[in-house]
Amino acid sequence: MNEIYEILADIRPEFDFKESSDFVEDGYLDSFDIVTLVSELDTKYNISIDGLDIVAKNFCSIEAIMNIIRKNGGEI
Amino acid sequence: MLTKFKGKKITGILGILPENEYDYDEETKEFADRQTKRLKRIMGYGKRRAVKPETATSDLCIYGLNYILKNNWINKEEIGGIVVVTLTPDYFVPHVSNIIQGECDLPKDVVCMDIAQGCSAYLMGLMQAFMLLEHMENKKVLVFTGDVLNRKAKTDKEMQAQFGGDAASVTVVENDEQAKDIYFNMYSDGKDRDCLIMPAGGYRLPRSAETAEFKDYLGDGILRCKNHIWMEGSKVFNFVQKEVPPMIEEILQYAGVSANDADWFLFHQPNKFMMEKLADKMQVPYEKMPMNIVGEFGNSSGSTIPINITYNVANDLLENERVCCLSGFGSGLTWSSALVHLGKLHFCELVTSTC
Repeated sequence: MNEIYEILADIRPEFDFKESSDFVEDGYLDSFDIVTLVSELDTKYNISIDGLDIVAKNFCSIEAIMNIIRKNGGEI
Repeated sequence: MLTKFKGKKITGILGILPENEYDYDEETKEFADRQTKRLKRIMGYGKRRAVKPETATSDLCIYGLNYILKNNWINKEEIGGIVVVTLTPDYFVPHVSNIIQGECDLPKDVVCMDIAQGCSAYLMGLMQAFMLLEHMENKKVLVFTGDVLNRKAKTDKEMQAQFGGDAASVTVVENDEQAKDIYFNMYSDGKDRDCLIMPAGGYRLPRSAETAEFKDYLGDGILRCKNHIWMEGSKVFNFVQKEVPPMIEEILQYAGVSANDADWFLFHQPNKFMMEKLADKMQVPYEKMPMNIVGEFGNSSGSTIPINITYNVANDLLENERVCCLSGFGSGLTWSSALVHLGKLHFCELVTSTC
Protein backbone atom coordinates (compact mmCIF):
# COMPACT_ATOMS: atom_id res chain seq x y z
CA MET A 1 0.00 0.00 0.00
CA ASN A 2 2.81 2.37 0.89
CA GLU A 3 4.41 1.74 -2.49
CA ILE A 4 1.25 2.97 -4.18
CA TYR A 5 1.12 6.06 -2.00
CA GLU A 6 4.74 6.75 -2.98
CA ILE A 7 3.85 6.52 -6.66
CA LEU A 8 0.87 8.82 -6.17
CA ALA A 9 2.97 11.32 -4.25
CA ASP A 10 5.55 11.28 -7.00
CA ILE A 11 2.88 12.07 -9.59
CA ARG A 12 1.14 14.75 -7.51
CA PRO A 13 3.46 15.84 -4.71
CA GLU A 14 1.20 18.77 -3.84
CA PHE A 15 -1.55 16.47 -2.44
CA ASP A 16 -1.77 14.23 0.61
CA PHE A 17 -3.57 11.23 -0.86
CA LYS A 18 -4.22 9.76 2.61
CA GLU A 19 -6.63 12.61 3.23
CA SER A 20 -8.82 11.95 0.21
CA SER A 21 -11.61 9.40 -0.12
CA ASP A 22 -11.97 9.97 -3.88
CA PHE A 23 -8.80 11.03 -5.73
CA VAL A 24 -10.66 11.86 -8.94
CA GLU A 25 -13.66 13.60 -7.41
CA ASP A 26 -11.37 15.68 -5.18
CA GLY A 27 -9.30 16.76 -8.17
CA TYR A 28 -6.10 15.01 -7.10
CA LEU A 29 -5.89 12.96 -10.31
CA ASP A 30 -6.90 13.97 -13.83
CA SER A 31 -6.97 11.74 -16.91
CA PHE A 32 -3.30 12.39 -17.73
CA ASP A 33 -2.35 11.53 -14.14
CA ILE A 34 -4.24 8.25 -14.46
CA VAL A 35 -2.30 7.40 -17.62
CA THR A 36 0.93 8.14 -15.73
CA LEU A 37 -0.23 6.07 -12.77
CA VAL A 38 -1.08 3.11 -15.01
CA SER A 39 2.34 3.30 -16.63
CA GLU A 40 4.07 3.37 -13.25
CA LEU A 41 1.95 0.52 -11.86
CA ASP A 42 2.59 -1.58 -14.99
CA THR A 43 6.32 -1.18 -14.46
CA LYS A 44 6.30 -1.57 -10.68
CA TYR A 45 4.17 -4.74 -10.61
CA ASN A 46 5.30 -6.15 -13.97
CA ILE A 47 1.76 -6.22 -15.32
CA SER A 48 -0.21 -4.62 -18.15
CA ILE A 49 -3.42 -3.17 -16.80
CA ASP A 50 -6.15 -3.97 -19.33
CA GLY A 51 -7.13 -0.97 -21.42
CA LEU A 52 -10.78 -1.53 -20.52
CA ASP A 53 -9.86 -1.16 -16.84
CA ILE A 54 -8.40 2.30 -17.36
CA VAL A 55 -11.43 4.24 -16.15
CA ALA A 56 -11.57 6.78 -13.34
CA LYS A 57 -13.49 4.60 -10.86
CA ASN A 58 -10.62 2.09 -10.77
CA PHE A 59 -8.15 4.74 -9.60
CA CYS A 60 -10.28 6.85 -7.26
CA SER A 61 -9.05 5.27 -4.00
CA ILE A 62 -6.19 3.21 -2.68
CA GLU A 63 -8.49 0.19 -2.35
CA ALA A 64 -9.67 0.54 -5.96
CA ILE A 65 -6.08 0.77 -7.18
CA MET A 66 -5.08 -2.32 -5.20
CA ASN A 67 -8.05 -4.20 -6.63
CA ILE A 68 -7.18 -3.31 -10.19
CA ILE A 69 -3.55 -4.36 -9.67
CA ARG A 70 -4.69 -7.73 -8.33
CA LYS A 71 -7.27 -8.15 -11.10
CA ASN A 72 -4.51 -7.73 -13.67
CA GLY A 73 -2.25 -10.29 -12.04
CA GLY A 74 -0.15 -8.08 -9.78
CA GLU A 75 0.95 -9.18 -6.33
CA ILE A 76 0.79 -6.64 -3.53
CA MET B 1 -19.73 -4.18 -42.54
CA LEU B 2 -17.69 -7.33 -42.99
CA THR B 3 -16.65 -8.30 -46.49
CA LYS B 4 -13.84 -9.33 -48.79
CA PHE B 5 -12.64 -7.72 -51.97
CA LYS B 6 -11.48 -10.01 -54.77
CA GLY B 7 -8.96 -9.24 -57.46
CA LYS B 8 -7.78 -5.94 -56.02
CA LYS B 9 -4.17 -5.02 -55.28
CA ILE B 10 -2.27 -2.16 -53.71
CA THR B 11 0.75 -1.59 -55.95
CA GLY B 12 2.39 1.57 -54.66
CA ILE B 13 2.36 3.87 -51.64
CA LEU B 14 3.88 7.31 -51.27
CA GLY B 15 3.95 9.24 -47.99
CA ILE B 16 4.36 13.02 -48.11
CA LEU B 17 5.61 15.10 -45.18
CA PRO B 18 5.85 18.87 -44.82
CA GLU B 19 9.38 20.17 -44.31
CA ASN B 20 8.78 22.20 -41.11
CA GLU B 21 9.68 20.10 -38.08
CA TYR B 22 8.88 20.90 -34.45
CA ASP B 23 10.33 19.43 -31.27
CA TYR B 24 8.21 18.58 -28.21
CA ASP B 25 10.84 19.79 -25.73
CA GLU B 26 11.24 23.08 -27.56
CA GLU B 27 7.49 23.65 -27.89
CA THR B 28 6.78 22.90 -24.23
CA LYS B 29 9.84 24.54 -22.67
CA GLU B 30 7.91 27.56 -21.38
CA PHE B 31 5.51 25.48 -19.30
CA ALA B 32 7.30 22.15 -19.04
CA ASP B 33 6.93 20.41 -15.70
CA ARG B 34 7.53 16.85 -14.56
CA GLN B 35 4.16 15.78 -15.93
CA THR B 36 4.98 17.19 -19.36
CA LYS B 37 8.21 15.20 -19.40
CA ARG B 38 6.44 12.06 -18.21
CA LEU B 39 3.91 12.41 -20.98
CA LYS B 40 6.72 12.57 -23.51
CA ARG B 41 8.04 9.22 -22.28
CA ILE B 42 4.69 7.49 -21.84
CA MET B 43 2.92 8.83 -24.93
CA GLY B 44 5.99 8.72 -27.11
CA TYR B 45 5.90 12.37 -28.13
CA GLY B 46 9.01 13.77 -29.80
CA LYS B 47 9.10 15.48 -33.14
CA ARG B 48 6.25 16.42 -35.45
CA ARG B 49 5.76 17.97 -38.86
CA ALA B 50 3.37 20.81 -39.65
CA VAL B 51 2.75 22.65 -42.91
CA LYS B 52 3.42 26.32 -43.48
CA PRO B 53 0.58 28.82 -42.95
CA GLU B 54 -0.19 29.11 -46.65
CA THR B 55 -0.23 25.38 -47.40
CA ALA B 56 -3.49 23.59 -48.16
CA THR B 57 -4.25 19.88 -48.40
CA SER B 58 -4.17 19.85 -52.20
CA ASP B 59 -0.59 21.22 -52.17
CA LEU B 60 0.69 18.10 -50.39
CA CYS B 61 -1.40 15.83 -52.61
CA ILE B 62 -0.29 17.49 -55.84
CA TYR B 63 3.34 17.35 -54.73
CA GLY B 64 2.88 13.61 -54.20
CA LEU B 65 1.16 12.90 -57.50
CA ASN B 66 3.70 14.94 -59.46
CA TYR B 67 6.47 12.99 -57.73
CA ILE B 68 4.84 9.72 -58.84
CA LEU B 69 4.32 10.95 -62.40
CA LYS B 70 7.87 12.32 -62.62
CA ASN B 71 9.23 8.92 -61.64
CA ASN B 72 7.03 7.27 -64.28
CA TRP B 73 5.54 4.93 -61.68
CA ILE B 74 2.19 5.47 -63.38
CA ASN B 75 1.05 7.60 -66.27
CA LYS B 76 -1.96 9.89 -66.43
CA GLU B 77 -3.87 7.76 -68.91
CA GLU B 78 -3.88 4.84 -66.48
CA ILE B 79 -5.79 6.79 -63.83
CA GLY B 80 -9.50 6.01 -63.66
CA GLY B 81 -10.36 7.66 -60.37
CA ILE B 82 -8.99 9.73 -57.52
CA VAL B 83 -10.43 9.47 -54.03
CA VAL B 84 -9.37 12.16 -51.55
CA VAL B 85 -10.09 11.59 -47.89
CA THR B 86 -9.53 14.65 -45.73
CA LEU B 87 -10.78 16.65 -42.78
CA THR B 88 -9.28 19.84 -44.17
CA PRO B 89 -10.47 20.54 -47.73
CA ASP B 90 -9.04 23.63 -49.42
CA TYR B 91 -12.62 24.86 -49.91
CA PHE B 92 -16.13 23.53 -49.50
CA VAL B 93 -16.34 24.10 -53.28
CA PRO B 94 -14.47 23.09 -55.42
CA HIS B 95 -13.34 19.72 -54.14
CA VAL B 96 -9.75 18.71 -53.49
CA SER B 97 -10.00 15.86 -56.00
CA ASN B 98 -11.00 18.35 -58.72
CA ILE B 99 -8.15 20.66 -57.76
CA ILE B 100 -5.71 17.76 -58.11
CA GLN B 101 -7.27 16.74 -61.42
CA GLY B 102 -6.98 20.27 -62.80
CA GLU B 103 -3.51 21.05 -61.52
CA CYS B 104 -2.08 17.72 -62.69
CA ASP B 105 -3.92 17.91 -66.02
CA LEU B 106 -5.64 14.57 -65.65
CA PRO B 107 -8.13 13.31 -68.29
CA LYS B 108 -11.78 14.33 -68.04
CA ASP B 109 -13.03 10.75 -67.60
CA VAL B 110 -11.26 10.45 -64.24
CA VAL B 111 -13.82 10.01 -61.44
CA CYS B 112 -13.09 12.64 -58.77
CA MET B 113 -14.39 12.10 -55.25
CA ASP B 114 -13.84 13.70 -51.85
CA ILE B 115 -14.70 11.96 -48.58
CA ALA B 116 -14.66 13.61 -45.16
CA GLN B 117 -13.18 11.22 -42.60
CA GLY B 118 -10.65 11.36 -39.79
CA CYS B 119 -8.40 8.63 -38.50
CA SER B 120 -10.17 5.88 -40.47
CA ALA B 121 -9.50 7.82 -43.67
CA TYR B 122 -7.05 5.35 -45.18
CA LEU B 123 -9.36 2.36 -44.78
CA MET B 124 -12.37 4.39 -45.97
CA GLY B 125 -10.43 5.50 -49.06
CA LEU B 126 -9.25 1.99 -49.86
CA MET B 127 -12.78 0.62 -49.52
CA GLN B 128 -14.08 3.21 -51.97
CA ALA B 129 -11.24 2.51 -54.39
CA PHE B 130 -11.92 -1.23 -54.33
CA MET B 131 -15.56 -0.59 -55.17
CA LEU B 132 -14.72 1.87 -57.96
CA LEU B 133 -12.33 -0.66 -59.49
CA GLU B 134 -15.25 -3.03 -60.07
CA HIS B 135 -16.13 -0.69 -62.93
CA MET B 136 -12.70 0.26 -64.20
CA GLU B 137 -11.07 -2.87 -65.64
CA ASN B 138 -7.55 -1.74 -66.56
CA LYS B 139 -7.62 1.68 -64.93
CA LYS B 140 -6.07 2.49 -61.56
CA VAL B 141 -7.57 4.36 -58.65
CA LEU B 142 -5.47 6.71 -56.53
CA VAL B 143 -6.36 7.06 -52.86
CA PHE B 144 -5.17 10.31 -51.30
CA THR B 145 -5.20 11.05 -47.59
CA GLY B 146 -4.17 14.48 -46.35
CA ASP B 147 -4.76 16.88 -43.50
CA VAL B 148 -3.35 20.26 -42.48
CA LEU B 149 -4.91 20.67 -39.04
CA ASN B 150 -1.62 21.91 -37.54
CA ARG B 151 -0.42 24.46 -40.01
CA LYS B 152 1.44 27.43 -38.62
CA ALA B 153 4.45 29.64 -39.07
CA LYS B 154 7.68 28.59 -37.37
CA THR B 155 7.49 31.75 -35.30
CA ASP B 156 3.84 31.34 -34.32
CA LYS B 157 3.60 30.72 -30.57
CA GLU B 158 -0.10 29.90 -30.57
CA MET B 159 -0.78 27.04 -28.23
CA GLN B 160 -1.46 23.88 -30.17
CA ALA B 161 -1.40 20.17 -29.48
CA GLN B 162 2.26 19.16 -29.31
CA PHE B 163 1.56 15.80 -30.86
CA GLY B 164 -0.50 16.73 -33.93
CA GLY B 165 1.14 16.44 -37.32
CA ASP B 166 0.36 17.15 -40.95
CA ALA B 167 0.99 14.71 -43.78
CA ALA B 168 -0.50 13.24 -46.93
CA SER B 169 -0.29 10.04 -48.91
CA VAL B 170 -1.03 8.59 -52.32
CA THR B 171 -1.80 4.90 -52.78
CA VAL B 172 -2.23 3.19 -56.14
CA VAL B 173 -4.88 0.48 -56.24
CA GLU B 174 -5.64 -1.65 -59.26
CA ASN B 175 -7.35 -4.78 -60.51
CA ASP B 176 -5.31 -8.01 -60.54
CA GLU B 177 -7.03 -11.36 -61.04
CA GLN B 178 -4.16 -13.11 -59.28
CA ALA B 179 -4.39 -10.93 -56.17
CA LYS B 180 -5.25 -12.59 -52.89
CA ASP B 181 -8.54 -11.61 -51.25
CA ILE B 182 -8.57 -8.51 -49.07
CA TYR B 183 -10.62 -8.97 -45.90
CA PHE B 184 -12.25 -5.84 -44.62
CA ASN B 185 -14.51 -4.63 -41.82
CA MET B 186 -15.80 -1.21 -40.80
CA TYR B 187 -18.02 0.01 -37.97
CA SER B 188 -19.43 3.33 -36.79
CA ASP B 189 -21.21 4.73 -33.75
CA GLY B 190 -22.70 8.16 -34.41
CA LYS B 191 -24.15 8.33 -30.93
CA ASP B 192 -20.70 9.10 -29.53
CA ARG B 193 -19.80 11.52 -32.34
CA ASP B 194 -19.19 14.43 -29.93
CA CYS B 195 -16.15 12.66 -28.42
CA LEU B 196 -14.17 14.13 -31.31
CA ILE B 197 -15.56 17.36 -32.64
CA MET B 198 -14.42 20.58 -34.27
CA PRO B 199 -17.27 22.82 -33.07
CA ALA B 200 -16.85 25.68 -35.56
CA GLY B 201 -16.17 25.87 -39.27
CA GLY B 202 -19.19 24.17 -40.78
CA TYR B 203 -22.65 25.49 -41.50
CA ARG B 204 -23.86 24.68 -37.96
CA LEU B 205 -21.44 27.24 -36.50
CA PRO B 206 -19.37 29.21 -39.00
CA ARG B 207 -15.95 30.45 -37.87
CA SER B 208 -15.87 33.94 -36.41
CA ALA B 209 -13.80 36.10 -34.10
CA GLU B 210 -15.81 34.62 -31.25
CA THR B 211 -15.11 31.00 -32.17
CA ALA B 212 -11.39 31.83 -32.32
CA GLU B 213 -11.31 32.83 -28.65
CA PHE B 214 -9.68 30.47 -26.17
CA LYS B 215 -11.91 29.78 -23.15
CA ASP B 216 -12.49 27.14 -20.50
CA TYR B 217 -15.66 25.89 -22.22
CA LEU B 218 -15.86 22.55 -20.41
CA GLY B 219 -15.00 23.78 -16.93
CA ASP B 220 -11.92 21.57 -16.69
CA GLY B 221 -9.35 24.35 -16.64
CA ILE B 222 -8.24 23.68 -20.21
CA LEU B 223 -8.43 26.56 -22.66
CA ARG B 224 -10.04 25.54 -25.93
CA CYS B 225 -10.87 27.30 -29.17
CA LYS B 226 -13.93 26.27 -31.19
CA ASN B 227 -11.89 26.29 -34.40
CA HIS B 228 -9.79 23.34 -33.18
CA ILE B 229 -10.66 19.68 -32.59
CA TRP B 230 -11.92 18.86 -29.11
CA MET B 231 -11.38 15.38 -27.84
CA GLU B 232 -12.77 13.64 -24.79
CA GLY B 233 -9.55 11.71 -24.25
CA SER B 234 -10.83 9.18 -21.73
CA LYS B 235 -13.89 8.30 -23.79
CA VAL B 236 -11.89 7.96 -26.98
CA PHE B 237 -9.28 5.82 -25.24
CA ASN B 238 -11.94 3.51 -23.86
CA PHE B 239 -13.73 3.33 -27.19
CA VAL B 240 -10.51 2.17 -28.85
CA GLN B 241 -9.75 -0.40 -26.15
CA LYS B 242 -13.31 -1.73 -26.30
CA GLU B 243 -13.90 -1.87 -30.05
CA VAL B 244 -10.57 -2.42 -31.78
CA PRO B 245 -9.38 -5.77 -30.30
CA PRO B 246 -12.61 -7.64 -31.13
CA MET B 247 -12.65 -6.05 -34.58
CA ILE B 248 -9.11 -7.34 -35.24
CA GLU B 249 -10.03 -10.75 -33.91
CA GLU B 250 -13.00 -10.78 -36.26
CA ILE B 251 -10.97 -9.88 -39.35
CA LEU B 252 -8.29 -12.45 -38.55
CA GLN B 253 -10.91 -15.17 -38.08
CA TYR B 254 -12.72 -14.13 -41.26
CA ALA B 255 -9.44 -14.37 -43.17
CA GLY B 256 -8.67 -17.72 -41.57
CA VAL B 257 -5.38 -16.60 -40.05
CA SER B 258 -4.08 -16.16 -36.53
CA ALA B 259 -2.32 -13.17 -35.04
CA ASN B 260 0.91 -15.16 -35.37
CA ASP B 261 0.36 -15.48 -39.12
CA ALA B 262 0.31 -11.72 -39.59
CA ASP B 263 3.72 -10.18 -40.28
CA TRP B 264 2.79 -6.58 -39.54
CA PHE B 265 0.11 -4.75 -37.60
CA LEU B 266 0.14 -1.31 -39.19
CA PHE B 267 -2.27 0.80 -37.19
CA HIS B 268 -3.27 4.40 -36.82
CA GLN B 269 -1.08 5.88 -34.08
CA PRO B 270 -2.55 8.45 -31.68
CA ASN B 271 0.09 7.76 -29.00
CA LYS B 272 2.45 5.02 -27.82
CA PHE B 273 0.53 4.29 -24.62
CA MET B 274 -2.66 3.47 -26.52
CA MET B 275 -0.73 1.30 -28.98
CA GLU B 276 1.00 -0.66 -26.22
CA LYS B 277 -2.30 -1.32 -24.49
CA LEU B 278 -3.82 -2.53 -27.77
CA ALA B 279 -0.85 -4.77 -28.47
CA ASP B 280 -0.95 -6.20 -24.94
CA LYS B 281 -4.66 -6.88 -25.20
CA MET B 282 -4.30 -8.58 -28.58
CA GLN B 283 -1.09 -10.34 -27.53
CA VAL B 284 0.75 -8.90 -30.50
CA PRO B 285 4.53 -8.51 -30.05
CA TYR B 286 5.59 -4.85 -30.07
CA GLU B 287 8.10 -5.55 -32.85
CA LYS B 288 5.21 -6.47 -35.18
CA MET B 289 3.38 -3.25 -34.43
CA PRO B 290 5.49 -0.13 -35.12
CA MET B 291 4.61 2.65 -32.66
CA ASN B 292 7.12 5.34 -33.55
CA ILE B 293 5.13 7.52 -35.95
CA VAL B 294 3.62 9.88 -33.38
CA GLY B 295 7.11 10.54 -31.98
CA GLU B 296 8.78 10.99 -35.36
CA PHE B 297 6.15 12.96 -37.26
CA GLY B 298 3.11 13.55 -35.00
CA ASN B 299 -0.40 12.19 -35.29
CA SER B 300 -1.40 13.09 -38.84
CA SER B 301 -4.98 11.73 -38.54
CA GLY B 302 -5.88 9.85 -41.70
CA SER B 303 -2.32 9.59 -42.98
CA THR B 304 -0.67 7.77 -40.07
CA ILE B 305 -1.12 4.31 -41.63
CA PRO B 306 0.54 5.08 -44.99
CA ILE B 307 3.22 7.14 -43.20
CA ASN B 308 3.75 4.15 -40.90
CA ILE B 309 4.09 1.83 -43.91
CA THR B 310 6.44 4.05 -45.90
CA TYR B 311 8.63 4.90 -42.89
CA ASN B 312 8.85 1.53 -41.16
CA VAL B 313 8.39 -1.28 -43.65
CA ALA B 314 9.07 0.19 -47.10
CA ASN B 315 12.14 -1.91 -47.87
CA ASP B 316 10.46 -5.08 -46.66
CA LEU B 317 7.38 -4.46 -48.80
CA LEU B 318 9.40 -3.59 -51.90
CA GLU B 319 11.11 -6.98 -51.79
CA ASN B 320 8.60 -9.29 -50.11
CA GLU B 321 4.91 -9.96 -49.81
CA ARG B 322 3.69 -9.78 -46.22
CA VAL B 323 0.46 -10.47 -44.40
CA CYS B 324 -0.51 -7.08 -43.03
CA CYS B 325 -3.27 -6.07 -40.69
CA LEU B 326 -4.23 -2.41 -41.13
CA SER B 327 -6.49 -0.55 -38.73
CA GLY B 328 -7.80 2.98 -38.30
CA PHE B 329 -10.08 4.37 -35.59
CA GLY B 330 -11.29 7.79 -34.60
CA SER B 331 -13.83 10.47 -35.42
CA GLY B 332 -17.36 9.42 -36.19
CA LEU B 333 -16.80 7.36 -34.17
CA THR B 334 -15.52 5.00 -36.86
CA TRP B 335 -13.26 1.97 -36.65
CA SER B 336 -12.07 -0.25 -39.46
CA SER B 337 -9.49 -2.87 -40.36
CA ALA B 338 -8.20 -4.85 -43.31
CA LEU B 339 -6.21 -8.05 -43.63
CA VAL B 340 -4.23 -7.72 -46.83
CA HIS B 341 -1.29 -9.38 -48.54
CA LEU B 342 0.87 -6.35 -49.15
CA GLY B 343 4.16 -6.38 -50.94
CA LYS B 344 6.33 -6.54 -54.06
CA LEU B 345 5.22 -2.95 -54.41
CA HIS B 346 6.24 -0.95 -57.45
CA PHE B 347 7.13 1.89 -55.12
CA CYS B 348 6.97 2.59 -51.40
CA GLU B 349 8.63 5.79 -50.32
CA LEU B 350 8.35 8.63 -47.82
CA VAL B 351 9.25 12.05 -49.20
CA THR B 352 9.53 15.51 -47.71
CA SER B 353 7.76 18.21 -49.69
CA THR B 354 8.49 21.91 -49.78
CA CYS B 355 4.95 22.63 -48.53
